[in-house]
Amino acid sequence: MSVSIPDSGTATKPEAVYYFGTCLVDLFYPEAGLSGIRLLEREGVRVVFPQGQTCCGQPAYNSGFHQEARTVARAQIALFPKPYPVVLPSGSCAGMMKHHYPALFEGEPDVAVAREFASRVVELTSFLTGVLRVKLTDRGEKTRVTWHSSCHAMREMGIFAEPRELLAQLDNVELVSLAREFECCGFGGTFAVREPEVSAAMVEDKSADVQATRASTLLSADGGCLLNIAGRLDAKGSLVSCRHVADFLWERTRER
Amino acid sequence: MSDRVGTARATILGRLRAARPPATSPPSDFDVLARRVFPPGERYPRLRRKMETVHAEFVETTEAEWPSAVIEFLRAERLGTLLYGPSTPAGRRLAQVWPSGAEGDPRLVPYDRPVETMKADLFDRMDAGFTTTRGGIADTGGLILWPSPEEPRLLSLVPPVHIALLREAEIYDTFWQAVRVQKWASAMPPNALLISGPSKTADIEQTLSYGVHGPNRLLVIVVR
Amino acid sequence: MSAETPAPEFRPAASRALRDPELRANFRRAMDGLILKRGEQFADPVEWNDLRNLGAAIRGRTLAKLPELLERLEAACTRNGIRVHWARDAEEGNAIVLGILREHGATRVVKSKSMVSEEMHLNEYLEEQGIDPLESDLGEYIIQLDHETPSHIIAPAIHMNRRQIARLFGKKIREARYTEDIDELTAIARRVLRKKFFEADAGISGVNFAVAETGTLCLVENEGNGRMSTHVPSVHIALMGLEKVVENLEDVPPLYSLLTRSATGQPITTYFNMISGPRGAEEKDGPAEVHLVILDNGRSRIFEDEALAQTLKCIRCGACMNHCPVYTRVGGHAYQSVYPGPIGKILTPQMEGVGRRHDLLEASSLCGACGEVCPVGIRIPELIVRLRREAIEGRPDGPGSVAEAGRGRHALESAAWTIWEAALTDSGLYRALGFAATRLRRLLPPWLPVLSRWTSVRSTPVPGRRTLHELAREAGVPDE
Repeated sequence: MSVSIPDSGTATKPEAVYYFGTCLVDLFYPEAGLSGIRLLEREGVRVVFPQGQTCCGQPAYNSGFHQEARTVARAQIALFPKPYPVVLPSGSCAGMMKHHYPALFEGEPDVAVAREFASRVVELTSFLTGVLRVKLTDRGEKTRVTWHSSCHAMREMGIFAEPRELLAQLDNVELVSLAREFECCGFGGTFAVREPEVSAAMVEDKSADVQATRASTLLSADGGCLLNIAGRLDAKGSLVSCRHVADFLWERTRER
Repeated sequence: MSDRVGTARATILGRLRAARPPATSPPSDFDVLARRVFPPGERYPRLRRKMETVHAEFVETTEAEWPSAVIEFLRAERLGTLLYGPSTPAGRRLAQVWPSGAEGDPRLVPYDRPVETMKADLFDRMDAGFTTTRGGIADTGGLILWPSPEEPRLLSLVPPVHIALLREAEIYDTFWQAVRVQKWASAMPPNALLISGPSKTADIEQTLSYGVHGPNRLLVIVVR
Repeated sequence: MSAETPAPEFRPAASRALRDPELRANFRRAMDGLILKRGEQFADPVEWNDLRNLGAAIRGRTLAKLPELLERLEAACTRNGIRVHWARDAEEGNAIVLGILREHGATRVVKSKSMVSEEMHLNEYLEEQGIDPLESDLGEYIIQLDHETPSHIIAPAIHMNRRQIARLFGKKIREARYTEDIDELTAIARRVLRKKFFEADAGISGVNFAVAETGTLCLVENEGNGRMSTHVPSVHIALMGLEKVVENLEDVPPLYSLLTRSATGQPITTYFNMISGPRGAEEKDGPAEVHLVILDNGRSRIFEDEALAQTLKCIRCGACMNHCPVYTRVGGHAYQSVYPGPIGKILTPQMEGVGRRHDLLEASSLCGACGEVCPVGIRIPELIVRLRREAIEGRPDGPGSVAEAGRGRHALESAAWTIWEAALTDSGLYRALGFAATRLRRLLPPWLPVLSRWTSVRSTPVPGRRTLHELAREAGVPDE
């Protein structure tokens, strides 16, 4: 029995969900990963974090090393056997699992297992809005933020309005849009090291757009993009703080 | 050469056939075009708006008056020669009312023989060319032309000014509709075309510049 | 397609382009404008979706029936008096064109825009044979004067601004007075080319759509040079890739609409020229002969794989490159490919080898902007990943294999992914590595070979103090 998330937001709250942290969050934004878990637990959902999890396999998949990607993917799938939704704090990794796992396992004996798993995958902000329909109370000071949406979140997972909905619930948060917000930040996983100069030009443009908003904080739901843009902003001496949206939401709304 | 041609053809088709069996075609739903309809009264204004945006010019007139409208335009713009197809009904009407050649009057020149016999005249001495049309397209703007032995192709291409006769009642909603209603698929002429304005290019800095290789000006004489 | 010349490399060419502020400014301005215009044309998402699905279905139908449609096209064209020729590769195609020109003693040749002719390197070939074909499309005319190749499939001179073009005209066109005014520059080109159209013995064009039902060749243009090239000279030679055939006449209007709105943000072009034969029995003008050359040049091989065959749905609108963040920054020449941008990244490696042109496959961040705007629904990012897989894991033998399959695999990178695989399937090892990274946080040297590419413009990334695995365990989050 698998759980898929309909668009209309009429799905009922499950009693438990799995949480797949993603390798970048695990290593570079672990607090944000934990905040995501807290946001879910606060809504009365039991969160299960299988300790054996590692990576969705996307870097190898995108590089054409599908055998290696499949081995890693198989290991992940085996850790999430129960029919709970699998929630990820990353549109990019969610896209990999949801849309590319079926292709990756095509012709394999366990393709049905992979498809079933893929059908349960959902990104965090869309789960919070679409299924849990969270109501947030802002307990923070006035602040201006800007939002960066990852390409895969937008184009593979169709996530655009959900993070904005969440931020709109915070009364003291002013959200300013990025110019050219649909343009890639230049991370692209291994692209940043395979085509370093083009990637550098892209992240420079993106960080200049961030600075132009005069926001004090850049938010994103994608660890790769964040690392990329934050790295560039910091190298330029910018004081803009770059945070994962889960971290921001938890900090602004938790009881003091 | 013919042997090689036969071989090339056989090789290419053979390779395509061997590649995969013919697949089922995905269904084509033309509703997106079929539902693109405009109220009849809106077709002409829409066509005109769209074409004026790309610098086509319009003169409105009646069935009785249109030949005079042509002559008036030529006089006002000081265009000395008008090339036309003499054996169409429209051509005959033009010839009927044409002024008899007083000083300063434009000259009506028939395009009634092969281009090879008058090529230099066509390129250098014709100020304007006149054609009829087979209607227009409201959706995007545009005139439908089917050049013919009576109205040759270069009439609407070589002279720097093209004057086209359009009847309001013959404006279709879309190109797709025109193709179906006029049953183009049953017999195509050697040349059919759509014209939506004077020639233009945006190849320099994506800035529009008019009058490239085709006519600099398109005048649409609309019979309402 | 010679294997003797060294493989082109995207990275150094891109590097040079990135350091050229004028080029970057030219492209940014041009692409922003084209993106805006296209967006205005497809403002209604329902209409866009429905029209795109129709376009995809029509092109899908072409692929489903490709050999049959080509035969029907040939039969209908032949009935109409159009002489049909088949060419397996560029060499054969060039020889056919030369043969027709020689047969008519044609030495003065005008060309209207044809990407297929670029693919064939037709101009070079004819010039070697003593025939100088003159490009008549303004953008193509400009780059021909400049001895350059097109940097975009729709707007070949998009990399130049008016000053650069003014200097070029001033230098190369004797009878022209120096001017930077766009209308005056255009008028110069009009005067020069009008004489050439008048004198030409033959005209060569491309084909946007070839209709099997009626034997009709459709040409899209704004300038009038296409009509001049195809109606004035006594011989017209049309060149098409074999994938350009469509089944029915009624299939043409939706494809035409998708093409003009996607390419330049125009609802319709100045002219849409539909040729179904040479000069008719009583006609006063038009060419005495019309020839159609159907070119394979690697397409039938692409066709063999059902997924990769999607590449052949392309109608050459250029929307993919207009929206590509990589193309915007480096322009078309950096790709060193007849077809640049996203479509070039999937087409050229399939035609020339995924080993030889692996550089093109790497030149994408897989952002997906291209697939989002493709009017016939080609899933370009998926095909890029597929071709990357073919380069690494593909086997070169057997039917349906991609050119140079497996030739992109290199020992060092393979070893790295093997290690990666081991680290990520052994959860104990993974957690140990995570422990090390978080405890040694700031000790990661930025000069490490791959890391240095990152740190040249960004701060060294610093891991957290603990991994999420540890934080979750400490917080009591259940494991199952």
